[in-house]
Amino acid sequence: MDVWSSLMDGFATALTPMNFLYAVIGVILGTAVGVLPGLGPAMTVALLLPVTYALEPTSAFIMFAGIYYGGMYGGSTTSILLNTPGESSSVVTAIEGNKMAKAGRAAQALATAAIGSFVAGTIGTALLAVCAPIVVKFAVSLGAPSYFAIMVLALLAVTAVLGSSRLRGFASLGLGLAIGLVGMDSVTGQRRLTFGQPLLADGLDIVVVAVAIFAVGEALWVAAHLRRTPLHAIPVGQPWMGKSDWKRSWKPWLRGTAFGFPFGALPAGGAEIPTFLSYVTEKRLSKHPEEFGKGAIEGVAGPEAANNAAAAGTLTPMLALGLPTNATAAVMLAAFTSYGIQPGPQLFESQGPLVWALIASLFIGNLLLLIINLPLAPLWAKLLQLPRPYLYAGILFFATLGAYSVNLQAFDLVILLILGALGFMMRRFGLPVLPLILGVILGPRIEGQLRKTLQLSAGDPAGLFSEPIAVGIYVIIAVILLWPFAFRLIRRNTPVAPPAGGAAALAMDADDAVHSNHNAVYSNHKEQQ
Amino acid sequence: MTSLTSGLKGRSELGVALLLGAAGVVVFLDANGLVTPYSKSDPVGPKTVPFIVAGMLVVCAVLLALNVLRGGKGEAEGGEDVDLTHPADWKTVLPLAGAFILNILLIDWAGWVISGTVLFWGSVLALGSRRHIRDGLISVALSLLTFYGFYLGLGIALPAGLLEGIL
Repeated sequence: MDVWSSLMDGFATALTPMNFLYAVIGVILGTAVGVLPGLGPAMTVALLLPVTYALEPTSAFIMFAGIYYGGMYGGSTTSILLNTPGESSSVVTAIEGNKMAKAGRAAQALATAAIGSFVAGTIGTALLAVCAPIVVKFAVSLGAPSYFAIMVLALLAVTAVLGSSRLRGFASLGLGLAIGLVGMDSVTGQRRLTFGQPLLADGLDIVVVAVAIFAVGEALWVAAHLRRTPLHAIPVGQPWMGKSDWKRSWKPWLRGTAFGFPFGALPAGGAEIPTFLSYVTEKRLSKHPEEFGKGAIEGVAGPEAANNAAAAGTLTPMLALGLPTNATAAVMLAAFTSYGIQPGPQLFESQGPLVWALIASLFIGNLLLLIINLPLAPLWAKLLQLPRPYLYAGILFFATLGAYSVNLQAFDLVILLILGALGFMMRRFGLPVLPLILGVILGPRIEGQLRKTLQLSAGDPAGLFSEPIAVGIYVIIAVILLWPFAFRLIRRNTPVAPPAGGAAALAMDADDAVHSNHNAVYSNHKEQQ
Repeated sequence: MTSLTSGLKGRSELGVALLLGAAGVVVFLDANGLVTPYSKSDPVGPKTVPFIVAGMLVVCAVLLALNVLRGGKGEAEGGEDVDLTHPADWKTVLPLAGAFILNILLIDWAGWVISGTVLFWGSVLALGSRRHIRDGLISVALSLLTFYGFYLGLGIALPAGLLEGIL
């Protein structure tokens, strides 16, 4: 079956009245939870996971598609109206977006974010539908050695490239891998790290781990540092854009999409880099460079599009290879496994109808987002004023409910609290959360591939290098790991460093902008006090 | 005072290194205790990966300790409602954890409606809300709604506990 007819079948499944209803519920829930300050898309998906347990997989994933894009969009609303981005990918949106809102152009900022998200999401999803089968075709020819290498690459790339401290990234990864070890060994049936506790024999439920680290850890962390004077949210009416706004927005949307999708699809992509690149590019190309820093619409349109295109891009390795590259995808992958669906290149083969229904509902969810969110924006803005005690008590309440409803055992809540305390500590000491989550999810699968590889080669370590793809990937891994050392060496050998070149200057630009934005946040805050 | 607090803060991160090291040792000892005959079909065995993870944790622990002693510092995470200018407020966090633990103790015996009410009410109180009656009503309503919502909507029967027969 070709892509087109599969996709049409997907639409037929997704557009049945019940499934369509689930898509609508998903979009509304996703946006509502995503708008709430302190709740990023990953936490949104983790908290809403249990809601989907009672549904059959297809409906559940259709709902997820809505939650995914809804959560993304909700996050951008928060950063525009509150000016303190919840997650790193909306840092850039907050720079210009909040300035626009302060200048009375909140409606236009929200509109260009919503329409840009729609454009980027639609193009991104189309690219996903085209690319994923191609990746699958290539991936099914790969054996265990290559898979092992790809997964190691994904883990190391996320750990080493993102975040400010590689050491702390690896510490987090180690903890994640250790958590992933808990339970029965799949090959020999030996119990590892269960400490004689029978309830641990099946391993830690990934939903419990995700909810603990994202929701409980975050709620405790915020509680420890709760702002006594909540930030002032800018009220907003119906989003709309004038003719000149359209004219200034459409090119940044497309360029943002072009940045976002490929970066999202890469193992260490994420949305941070493309949103920065998009911001800097728009600043260079803009006919109104003087408006940047004061609320330029291009600076919202481009990064928001990049953000959403990256979100679609992320789904390519997730669906085609079973490889999550950001926290949200990791949680969604956990959802797959909890339905007994094996992620990986066989997914399109074994669960074709489900996957295509998911892709179709991404298109539908995107459109719904635009139709529902433009009129509902004032309502979402009101959610930002939810009293903080209720908000964070609510997060704890629903986190507990979600984790408990998975197995209906109080023991899971003990785990939830312990891992929540771990999440608190990680936030306090700057350990990134993403490597831990990826370690928990990918660790057991990496081990499986490693054992399969050496089983095939009868214990000979050379088996790891028996496929050319694997060797190529090891070269990339070596470059990623050795790069900072090589960089230091080069620097030492050339004491008179040439002035930062084009790319570096661009990066510095964006960096400065973000820093000054952060400073602005803090000084604003002080003013309020 | 400032030098003392910054010194203590610098040292508190050594706790993270300690935790990593301890985790590494636990993983190592646990894997070391596994008894596995060599098997041709599984040359890697269940011990190899735990050993690698344990090694990684210990190496990270040592490097982190060195990093902290040399003045390195993890960057605390910011956020919409996070104000890092004041120190951690344990008077909020500990009661919050208390409400959470109370819920764990109560949930199987007293049932979700009661334990959930305790959890939400306690958390709101810990977080600084002072409108007790309204908070209480919201807590009861939330617990009841989720109880019936999960039962009727999702087919998940949360424990009714003491209220068995009434609900």
